[in-house]
Amino acid sequence: MGFEVEKVGDVTVVDVRGQLIVGNRQELKQRVLHELDDGARKFVISFENTGYIDSSGLGVLVSLSKKVREHGGDLRLAGLNEDLRTLFELTKLDTLFEIADSRDEALRGF
Amino acid sequence: MTPQLVLELPNDVRAIARAVDFVVSRCQAVDSDPRKVRLNLRVGLTEALSNAMLYGNGRDPAKRVRVEIGWDGECVILRVSDEGRGFDPTRVPDPTAATNLWKVGGRGLFLMRQLMDEVHFNDAGNSVTMVLRCRQCPANGPGVDA
Repeated sequence: MGFEVEKVGDVTVVDVRGQLIVGNRQELKQRVLHELDDGARKFVISFENTGYIDSSGLGVLVSLSKKVREHGGDLRLAGLNEDLRTLFELTKLDTLFEIADSRDEALRGF
Repeated sequence: MTPQLVLELPNDVRAIARAVDFVVSRCQAVDSDPRKVRLNLRVGLTEALSNAMLYGNGRDPAKRVRVEIGWDGECVILRVSDEGRGFDPTRVPDPTAATNLWKVGGRGLFLMRQLMDEVHFNDAGNSVTMVLRCRQCPANGPGVDA
């Protein structure tokens, strides 16, 4: 379980490995805010290697999206499996985020 | 409910993932619908445990959370109890309302109600009982298709 941060051109890609839950959400928040402080403005959070997101994880994504937007940036999501997509649809968070089918598709969209 | 499995957890959110994995693995054999156990049960139990530890017990490491699990051929019943003073679940706003969508919190109880077939709180509001019906049960609930 962890997060891998990679730069692809001017896009910061964060790969969420395992789960995004109450126990590790602050680590993701700190990683993204650190990149934001360093000048990054385009973010892709990739869930291609993620099994589960709880409501705290959903909340931290909302919080980060707001922060990135306040700095004139854009945070997009990618690679949600069927279960994760269900959570976004039930909570209507699919209406707040731009969600690509894959990490590569999200990168092409920037 | 006569529980077949009882867990006493420390009030530490780092204990949630392991406890949920354990319960899900035990219940995979009970319900013939893998997705319902993998998604619905996992979400219901995870959110109930988070609420109990963070809000019910107020992050107090001296407190504990009790999980009771029972099952038969028709359903899985989960009860999560904390040592807090309880809360009024009817006063939790709808997180999908337009005015609440950008709020960071408030989705846990909503997801429990969406994905479990029944969610009941005791009068004190510090113990929640959730029912997940199996696919073959005649009174089958809505599951993820609701």
